[in-house]
Amino acid sequence: MVPLTWYLLVATALFCIGVYGVLARRNAIAILMAIELMLNAVNLSLVAFWRYLHPTATTGQAFALFVLVVAASEAAAGLSLIISIYRNRETVDVENIDLLKG
Amino acid sequence: METQGTILPLLAALIPWPPFIAFGLIALFANRWKRLSHTLAILSVAISFVLSQIVFWNAIRVEHLGEHPIALRIPWLPVGPRPLEFGVLVDPLGAVMLFMVPLVSLMIFIYSVGYMAGDPDYSRFFALLSLFEAAMLLLVVADNLLMLFIGWEVMGFCSYALIGFWYRKPSAYRAAVKAFMTTRVGDVLMLLGIAYLYAQTGTLNFHDILRNPETLRALAETPSYVAGLSVAALASLLLFAGTVGKSAQFPLHVWLPDAMEGPTPVSAMIHAATMVSAGVYTTIRMFPLLQAGQHGLGGATAFWVVALIGAFTAFMAATMGVAQNDIKRVLAYSTISQLGYMLAAVGIGAYVAAAFHLITHAFFKALLFLGSGSVIHAVEHGHHHAGHRHGHGEPFDPNDMFNMGGLARRMPVTFWTFVAGGLALAGFPLITAGFWSKDEILGEAFHGAFDKGELLPLLVFLLLAAAAVLTGFYTMRQIALTFLGEPRTEAAAHAKESPASMILPLVFLAFFAIFGGYVGVPDGFPLLSALVGGNWFHAFVGGTLLEHPEALPFSPAPVFVSSLIALSGLALGWLVYARRPLAAGEPDPLARLGPVYDFLRNRWYIDDLYHRVFVRPTLWLAERAVAFFMDRVLIDGLLHGVADGVWSMGSALRLFDRVVVNGIGDGIGEAVKAAGRELRTLQTGLVQNYLLVVVLGILGFIVLYTVAPMVRGF
Repeated sequence: MVPLTWYLLVATALFCIGVYGVLARRNAIAILMAIELMLNAVNLSLVAFWRYLHPTATTGQAFALFVLVVAASEAAAGLSLIISIYRNRETVDVENIDLLKG
Repeated sequence: METQGTILPLLAALIPWPPFIAFGLIALFANRWKRLSHTLAILSVAISFVLSQIVFWNAIRVEHLGEHPIALRIPWLPVGPRPLEFGVLVDPLGAVMLFMVPLVSLMIFIYSVGYMAGDPDYSRFFALLSLFEAAMLLLVVADNLLMLFIGWEVMGFCSYALIGFWYRKPSAYRAAVKAFMTTRVGDVLMLLGIAYLYAQTGTLNFHDILRNPETLRALAETPSYVAGLSVAALASLLLFAGTVGKSAQFPLHVWLPDAMEGPTPVSAMIHAATMVSAGVYTTIRMFPLLQAGQHGLGGATAFWVVALIGAFTAFMAATMGVAQNDIKRVLAYSTISQLGYMLAAVGIGAYVAAAFHLITHAFFKALLFLGSGSVIHAVEHGHHHAGHRHGHGEPFDPNDMFNMGGLARRMPVTFWTFVAGGLALAGFPLITAGFWSKDEILGEAFHGAFDKGELLPLLVFLLLAAAAVLTGFYTMRQIALTFLGEPRTEAAAHAKESPASMILPLVFLAFFAIFGGYVGVPDGFPLLSALVGGNWFHAFVGGTLLEHPEALPFSPAPVFVSSLIALSGLALGWLVYARRPLAAGEPDPLARLGPVYDFLRNRWYIDDLYHRVFVRPTLWLAERAVAFFMDRVLIDGLLHGVADGVWSMGSALRLFDRVVVNGIGDGIGEAVKAAGRELRTLQTGLVQNYLLVVVLGILGFIVLYTVAPMVRGF
């Protein structure tokens, strides 16, 4: 059986890719997608911990399901915001979205 | 003290009210209507006159009025164990005053209608005159010194206001101020006397003090610690000081001649007939106090003071009167002189004679003043009349007797009444009132000097006799210069007799000036005494006091002497002025006396002396010491110093405010602003920057919680 460490490594890799995407991409949609990556990395680690450490409890699975739900709503809200921004400013480039600049 | 019923005291209490109400009505409501003003004034005096006559004629029917006076007392101010009281008292002395004052006043009020006609301030005149009349009547009916003093001071004010009636004339307001200030000296001393008496006896009521032998003895025996005098003597001298001011005696006589700046009716009423005699009245009223002092400590000092001031004033004023050219000033000096007679009489104990002279003098002096007013009025109109044809030339003084002459034919009524008054003043024997009263004074002095051989009456007699000669002389001079000979100016030539409202009072007063003396003919005088029924006046007024003074029996020597004195003065005047009347432009024959004439004409230089000693130093003190040093140096310096101190303190505080307080406030604001300016650059608005910080932060924490313990573990 594949040891837990491997799962965690994959999850870490996924998370790091997500962080990089969030920080480095300019396209707001790409950033949104990178966030999804980070969420999924967390999901992966959650499920892996449940399976290896407490297989009798359902907390890990339930947690993963909540994350999915949150991710879905986040994606919906995020996309609608982006569309709204695009309509107003005709861009989705976060470099140009700086209305809150002090 | 028994009193007479209740109706008479009530009537007596009402006497001062009508003129007072008239004053209020005229001053408040009637001052635009001349006719209404004088109607109110005369009506009010007429009411007072009728009331006074009722009281008088009832009073003289009362047996022993002195013991049972018409009196009424109302507690007024509850102070101390005994309340101050208001009340009226009509004793014999008060009764004869009540007979004289409203009568003379009524005449003068009527006369004023004619004299003041056409004056723009007609109503003010009558208002003040009414107030004056109310005060005088209050003084006469008052039964205590406090009420008397109230009347006294109100009269003082009215006198001031009426002397300065034509206040646009500088001489008039100066005279008013002079009169007010001079009498003030006496009044303050008098107030001291009243307070002293109240402190010593606890009452100011005349009856309680003056008819109470125990009180009088106690006052006479208590030392006052001033000049070895008893309380009685000191108090009576202090009260006498008030008289000296009010009755214009030396050394406070200077105001009366100047008071002639007022309208002539005022001179007649206030400065001849009533107010100035109020001083004498008060002294006669307080005579028992004076007398009590005689037997106590300090002996007869008070008597000496009163008698010598009176006699000296009588003589001095007579000499001054000789050399005056102003018709009213001559009368003013004669008034001072006659008041001196009265006080001298009081001073030798002859207070009945003083009261007698007070009454007769009031009549003939009012008559003389009104007569001189009539003359002035006529000459002034004559001047206007003449002026219409010749045009107005140099300034013309209608009071100057050298501008008159020959008026006897032009104004016969004025002339004959004036002669009656003048002869009464000079004491022409037998047929004038002045003779009988003056004779009584001289007779008393003569009796004291030669029958008893005392020094004081002798001095008094000599001074008064000299004054009497001078009185005859200047009276004749006045009559001759004014009425006899030929007119010396156009104005006098065009003078006409005055209107009826002025003439009638003259005639009326002349009647009293001639016949008024017959109430006091000495007992035993050949023929006349039997005819008029004895010395009624002496018997009546003598009852005022506890000890009835003995009326002097008739003796021919003093009567002969005083007749001789009066006639010699008149004859001298006749020789100098009337035998050959002066022509126009001719100088006064008296001027030949040289320096003596100048000395008399300048009133013994007393006015100049006072001017140098009192007025100028006072002005100097006011201008230099007070206005300059006190005011500008001390007070202004102090104020400016305080102001400067406060100003510099303010500046310092202002600096502190600007630097420290504002610095702190602004500094905080500036610091926050600068911080904000610096920190705003952190807010890029770029979401990825924020996230980067978050990530770095998390990494930092990871390092802190994982790597650092590991490093520490090594």
